[in-house]
Amino acid sequence: METLLLYALFGLFAALAIGCAIAVVVQRNPLYSAISLIGVFIALAAHYIMLAAPFIAAVQIIVYAGAIMVLVVFVIMLLNVEEAEHRPARLRFLVPTAILLAAVLFAEAAFVIYSVGDSPYSSLDTSAPPVGLTSSIGISLFTEYLLPFEITSILLLMAIVGAITLARQASISELRRAAAVTITGDNAEAETSGFQSAKSNEITPVRTGAIN
Amino acid sequence: MIPLAWYLALSAVLFTIGAAGVLIKRNAIAMFMCIELMLNSVNLTFVAFSSFFRDVSGQLIVFIVMTVAAAEAAVGLGIIIAIFRNRESLDVDDASILKL
Repeated sequence: METLLLYALFGLFAALAIGCAIAVVVQRNPLYSAISLIGVFIALAAHYIMLAAPFIAAVQIIVYAGAIMVLVVFVIMLLNVEEAEHRPARLRFLVPTAILLAAVLFAEAAFVIYSVGDSPYSSLDTSAPPVGLTSSIGISLFTEYLLPFEITSILLLMAIVGAITLARQASISELRRAAAVTITGDNAEAETSGFQSAKSNEITPVRTGAIN
Repeated sequence: MIPLAWYLALSAVLFTIGAAGVLIKRNAIAMFMCIELMLNSVNLTFVAFSSFFRDVSGQLIVFIVMTVAAAEAAVGLGIIIAIFRNRESLDVDDASILKL
């Protein structure tokens, strides 16, 4: 009975994950894709709980569905992206090619899984010591895996510096372009940089209006 | 008990969908989300192996992968915003000449 329940839960959350993953790819609006991706994250968190890894499940919800997806949704709303317009698709033949390559990739993965066969251990064996608890993860994180932990902290520092640098450079070049347009006036549009000035001419009133 | 191969198959399906999405999509943010999907499918493989083989290393690697994904989100979305400011478009076909 309990085994049957486990199989039912696995099927439910696997179907939820796969359905939401397909929705991520199929949806044209990025916001709907983001919502579907949150569904995938929650389904995977349920799988982690069924695999006796409660700490990873909690981190999955907090970091992925919480922090990262909030960042993505924030950027989508900041950039105000409409639905992807239908362009004259010069690369239309790439879609069947992509699906074919994905099928080949899945066939390779299925072959590896089939040839590996079943594992000697079974999950949720109560006699073995638990490995998914916060304490066991913390103990080995700060003893055996201390060096990767420190390297990860340096990586995060580099990411912070990189993000700030990207944001600052963009705003400085924008200010410089706006100043060039103000000084030289409309004659500059005939020059080589005419395309960019024309674009910043359109942008600048919107930006100042938004600031005010 | 649910066999290990089922979790691996689910992970393979999710990874395949993510890879196909990266190839099909042209919106930069949508491609970014497909990459997150692929990262998550690999995380599922790690946690499944960690749980079946009673080894905590897999879950630590998942923890570090999540940290890298957070750093990637910060820098990648910064790059996407910079490209959008310069080109007024998120289509990766408009950003194919490797300079701003």
